[in-house]
Formats: sequence, structure tokens, C-alpha cells
Amino acid sequence: MTWDWGAVADFMPHFRDGLLVTLQALVLGSLISFVLGLVWALLMRAPSRWVRWPVGAATEFVRNTPLLVQLFFLFYVLPEWDITFSALTTGVVAIGLHYSTYTMQVYRAGIEAVPVGQWEAATALNLPLRRTWTAVILPQAIRRVVPALGNYVISMLKDTPLLMAITVLDMLGEARLFSQQNFQFTEPLTVIGVAFVLISYPASLLMRALERRLVR
Amino acid sequence: MSADTTPAKDPGATGTGNPPVDGSELIRFDHVTKRFGTNTVLDRLDFSVDSGKHVTLIGPSGSGKTTILRLLMTLTKPDEGTIRVGGQYLTHEERNGRLVPAGEKHVREVRRNIGMVFQQFNLFPNMKVLRNVTEAPVTVLGLSKDEAEARARELLDMVGLGDRCDAYPTQLSGGQQQRVAIARALAMRPQVLLLDEVTSALDPELVAGVLDVLRDIARSTDITMLCVTHEMNFARDISDQVLMFDSGRVIESGPPERIFSDPEHERTREFLGAVR
Repeated sequence: MTWDWGAVADFMPHFRDGLLVTLQALVLGSLISFVLGLVWALLMRAPSRWVRWPVGAATEFVRNTPLLVQLFFLFYVLPEWDITFSALTTGVVAIGLHYSTYTMQVYRAGIEAVPVGQWEAATALNLPLRRTWTAVILPQAIRRVVPALGNYVISMLKDTPLLMAITVLDMLGEARLFSQQNFQFTEPLTVIGVAFVLISYPASLLMRALERRLVR
Repeated sequence: MSADTTPAKDPGATGTGNPPVDGSELIRFDHVTKRFGTNTVLDRLDFSVDSGKHVTLIGPSGSGKTTILRLLMTLTKPDEGTIRVGGQYLTHEERNGRLVPAGEKHVREVRRNIGMVFQQFNLFPNMKVLRNVTEAPVTVLGLSKDEAEARARELLDMVGLGDRCDAYPTQLSGGQQQRVAIARALAMRPQVLLLDEVTSALDPELVAGVLDVLRDIARSTDITMLCVTHEMNFARDISDQVLMFDSGRVIESGPPERIFSDPEHERTREFLGAVR
């Protein structure tokens, strides 16, 4: 087996397309999971169990079924009810939703880790509940959970190839297509392997830097 | 402020009934009981504090002193009895002539008059010192940012930290943090300041600075202070009245000179002997 730089060069335009899709899925999926996870975590602290119960059951269900199954469900079943999105949108929503059931646990831990004295000080200053959350509790909780959220971003990155199952051509999708058309497997697969490392390693460095800045 | 430092009735006596709230009475506990599980921390407690007075609660740990402050700050609820602040019920409100558990709005309104300084400071670590002091005046009292900052700087100057406005709490010593916490509580202009063992978490060499600030406030303002402390010299210095607690009841009360030099009660004598 010989390494063919020509194949690498031929793959590059396809690689760029795939990279763009992977990054889109990663960034949008992360944003959705960060926001939704926080929403779930807050709803789970609602005074009424008629809120906590359904949210708890639904997120438990999503967390305990495979992402691949959820992708298929959203992609093939929703259209039967006349709900259709593009494949990439469906994928991004599925990844974001799936991971939000993990990030909610992270937020929960972060919120619980804020000392009770902070709540008491807010009460003593007569701060309204909403302000207590936005100015006192969440800034401290989120600061604590950035490293854990970062781990899920890396995890999400490594799950983006699953999008191939619903016809989205991410990096792996492009590599596979190229390989099958040109009978050259080594070069494209190596290129995307390196690309995954080149994305995730700086991402984890960034998270560590952020952590050092935020955790006080 | 009247010269008479003892309350109208002996707060330790049972069956004191329900005297009307007179103008100078700011805080009143009637038959307040607080239990934690099977442990009765306060047992049908009656006591009152007049406006402008500095009252120190002393007694062995577990005797319910801190619970009184926490009840007043609405950090915990009484199991029985009523608490009034400035004539208004704290945990109840009157509706159609009947006492019902207070709604959030009512509690917030009565609570406006009360400020608290905690043993563990509880400053907001995500905010700089200045913002710790301006946050509540801006969001609760509706002061403008400039106005709140001007007042905050004044208060921080008063506690000797005018030059640390831009520091974060963790960059300060414990004693400095506690002085910021005092400024933060005062910024809300409460009628009552609750001090919950404010020097207990401090290194010995930092205690004096905090107590000096509190002495200043006691002398220069007409704020009512309710103080739980193990610093007997400080208690003697600033209080008009000392209440000795034991097993959830006030067993003795009076001016500090008398309580410290000539306690009537055997338990008080024992306690003072142990802490000296």
C-alpha cells in the first residue's frame, strides 16, 4: 500500500464540504443542548410535580435510548405526520435534544453545588427569585459546569458521523463516498481522522483555558 | 431611645398574654415554637425588642439563638406562634380579620426592614465588591446605578474598604469580606440588623477590625441590632440589653452590666464562667 498525495488533493474539496457540515452540526447541536439542558434543569426545580414529572420522564426516555434510533425516528417518522425538516436540521435537533438530557444533569449538579448561604444572602437582601437566579445562582453554577459541558462537546463531535445514517454528508460521509467512488480508502479516512483530532484537541485546550478563567 | 433598657414584661415568664404593640416596640415574638424533628429548639418563646436597641443573645450552642435570627430573616418558619416586625406580622397576614400564612408579596414587604450579616459572610463571589453592595439597592429599592454606587462607596469607606471596590470577594481577607457584608446589609437601610456570630469564622487577628466597625455603627446610627455572639466584651460594649438563652427559652435578661457582673440565674453564671 502506498500513500498517494494526489488522492489527498482530490479529496480536499469534498473534505471541505464535510468539515463544514460537521462543524455546523457541532456548533448548533452544542448551542441547542446548552440551552435546552438549562431549561430542563430549571423545570426540574419547579414547585409543581405536574411540571417535574413529565420533564423527568421525557428526558429519562431520551437519555436512555440510542441517538441513532432518535435520528431515524425524527427523520423517517416525523414526515409521516407532515413534519419535515432538511436532513441536517433534523440531525442538529436530534443531537442537541439528545445531549440536552446529559447537560441538564450537569447543570443540576452545578446548581446544587452553589452554597445554600448564597440563597440565604439573596433572601436577606430581598432579591426577587428571578434576579436571584440570573444574578447570583446561575453565574456561579455555570462557571462550575463549563469543564463538564466541554466534555460533552467533544463527545458530540465524535457522534456527528451518525448523521450519515440520515443521508447527511459530514466528514465521514464525504470520506466514505470518495472512497467508494475512487477505491482509495487510506487517504480520505486518514485525513478525517487527523481532522477530528485537530478539532477536538484545540477545543479541549480552549475549554481548559476557559475553565481557568472562569473558576474563581 | 428610652433610658429604660428592660422590656415591659419579663420575657421569660409564661402566660404573658398579648399586650398591644406600642410605638416603640419593633420586634415581638409571641409563643414561638420551632422544632427540628423531635428537637424543640424554641419553646413557646415570648420576647420583644424596642426600636433602636442593641440586644445581644447569649447562651450555650443549640439554645436557639441563631434560630431566632433565622426566623426573623424568614430563612426558616416557626411551627407555632407569631412574629411581628414594626407591628406587621412576618409569617402571617391578616385577611378578613383572620391570620393566614403570609404570601410572598407580604413577606417581601415586611422583610424589607430587616438585614442580616452571616457567620460565613456569604458575599456573591461572582460580583466585585462594589456590585455586591449595589446589587440589591438597584434591583430591589430601584435606586439608579450612580446613586447606589455613591452610597456603596460611602459605606465601603465607612468600613475601611473604600479602596477595594474593584476587588472580588475571594481576593479579600475574611475580616475584609465580613466588613463588605456589613456594608452590603446597611445599603438596604434596614431598621433591624441581625448579626449572626459575625466573627466566629475569622482568624483572631481579624476580629477586632470587624467589631470596631460594628461599634461605630451602633454608636452613630439608630439602627436596631440583634446580635448573637460569643464575644462577651463586645456584647458588654454595644448592648443595651442581654438575653440569656437556655433550652429554647429566655432564662434571664437585663442590662449587660448586671448580667455580666451579677447574674441571677445559676445557668447564666455557669455559662459566663465557661466562656470567659
